[in-house]
Amino acid sequence: MSRSFTRQHRKAFWLAMGLLAASAALLLLGVSVGSTGFDSALAMRRDPQALLIVLDIRLPRTLGAWLAGALLGLAGAVAQGLFRNPLADPYLLGSASGASLGVAGAMALFGVSPLATSWLTRLGLTGAAFVGAVLAVLLTLLLAKGVQHTLRLLLAGVIVGVVLGAVTSLILLLQPDVMQAMQSFMLGSTGFVGWTACAIMAAVFACTMVAAWMMSHALDGLALGEATAHSLGLALPQMRAALVAVLALGTGTAVAQTGLISFVGLAAPHLVRSVVKTTHGRLIGLASLMGAVLLTAADILARGLMAPQELPVGVLTAVLGGTYLLWLMHRHNGRGSGL
Amino acid sequence: MTPTPKKSAMQLIALDARRVCAKLGNDEVLHGISLALLRARWTSIVGPNGAGKSTLLKALAGLLAHSGQVALLGQPMARMRGRDRARQLSWLGQNESSADDLTAYDVAMLGRLPHQPWLAPPSAGDHAAVERALRATQAWEWRGRPLGQLSGGERQRVLLARALAVEAEVLLMDEPLANLDPPHQTDWLLMVRQLVTSGKTVVSVLHEISFALQADALVVMNHGRVTHQGDCADAATHRALEDVFDHRIAVHHLAGQWLALPRI
Repeated sequence: MSRSFTRQHRKAFWLAMGLLAASAALLLLGVSVGSTGFDSALAMRRDPQALLIVLDIRLPRTLGAWLAGALLGLAGAVAQGLFRNPLADPYLLGSASGASLGVAGAMALFGVSPLATSWLTRLGLTGAAFVGAVLAVLLTLLLAKGVQHTLRLLLAGVIVGVVLGAVTSLILLLQPDVMQAMQSFMLGSTGFVGWTACAIMAAVFACTMVAAWMMSHALDGLALGEATAHSLGLALPQMRAALVAVLALGTGTAVAQTGLISFVGLAAPHLVRSVVKTTHGRLIGLASLMGAVLLTAADILARGLMAPQELPVGVLTAVLGGTYLLWLMHRHNGRGSGL
Repeated sequence: MTPTPKKSAMQLIALDARRVCAKLGNDEVLHGISLALLRARWTSIVGPNGAGKSTLLKALAGLLAHSGQVALLGQPMARMRGRDRARQLSWLGQNESSADDLTAYDVAMLGRLPHQPWLAPPSAGDHAAVERALRATQAWEWRGRPLGQLSGGERQRVLLARALAVEAEVLLMDEPLANLDPPHQTDWLLMVRQLVTSGKTVVSVLHEISFALQADALVVMNHGRVTHQGDCADAATHRALEDVFDHRIAVHHLAGQWLALPRI
């Protein structure tokens, strides 16, 4: 094999290594810093209370940020490949709004709090978020009449997002007792993530990753157009349905544990593609790692920027991600090619 | 039980369409087309814009819902498994989205999908087939470059290599010459001749009538119907060709080739 061909493979390898190293560094950093500065990490050997803070609050929270970011990055890569649309993203497709509506609905119906840590509650909230996400994606596709038209798909996604967001707000207004908790949750925060949430996200991440990887050929084939993919003998309807399920499960699980965190799913695959051009089998893995690194870094920033006051990480990703999206559109326009 | 075709006929006919009707939206664009395309021959489909050429090619490739039957190498296509069909029939479309973020090599390797067991990595045979295909279209040199960084003609050669990499018995190509410069058009012509010599069947939709006349046989279409089918060297075919284009072109013989020139 010649150099030009293996270059992309080597790049993919080094990017993966770099992202893993960054993950390890960020996890360490995330465990060490908090509202009490570095003290707890330093005092952890002597002071059982400091150890408790690190083990039960900071570690699951940092790990949760990593896992939620990985889920969102995975969902973003799947969405962009599935809809052959570089702007597809769990947030822009309305699926994140659907998921949060699911969470709000479940909370209003059963009177549970987003802070709950019991297994049953967390699983229930995740399931509700999943159902909401699936329905929102289907609604977006229905409104957009398919995936062919980029602009129509995005408009439909935005409309679905706004409408479902309004319904969520309405539910919250009618349930003032959960409003406070839900409000901070809606802004996107890793503050509620405990070990239960981590375990759920890890399990779902493992499943969706394997499923997405198994269907990555379909995403590659779809990049050549629907008819060509069909002519290659790919079972498109089944694979599409399964990939929508992966997308919704990834989004729903992340939203149920950390609330609405925007743009991570959009930016992660873009950043990977700007470094390395590769097949979806690799892109999916790299985008997950990238999303994980992005969200972990954003979470640490959100905790540190206004310490001891804490910024909801969703607010930070919205500001950073929105800027990135604007820059991306500007660059595309500059090159004269529509998105 | 329907009578199975005789073995000799099965070996001779690559694609057999019977009363194929197809709709795009609510408009019927193919009106009961019956057509038998011979094996180891190159057939060109020509006709005015909107005659239904691309639609017919899609129907023949099993990519379009249609009534009537199409048989591929003697087997009813409707009953074939997707992968089996994909191994025997390769299709190259026009104006399909172009996988900007995949390298030329990755794109050509997609042509091997029908041959690979699910989840298995490409075999040595797959790599060899991809190399042959990329070399055949002179795309091997920049196999590591993403499609987004290639010119229209270079991209077309990669997509062509993708279709070749399937190494199918039957190749259907819709406007394969799009964006190709004259040397590569000639290369394409020689490549198709070679494929046909080695026993493959090629069906192409071509706008360039002079290139279409290089084929073995010609299918002339108009308004969703086949108006003529015959050898390219046949005088009757030339008359049908001039008819369908309202006698705005004339077929001439020059340097051992048939040429269609504008009638001025």
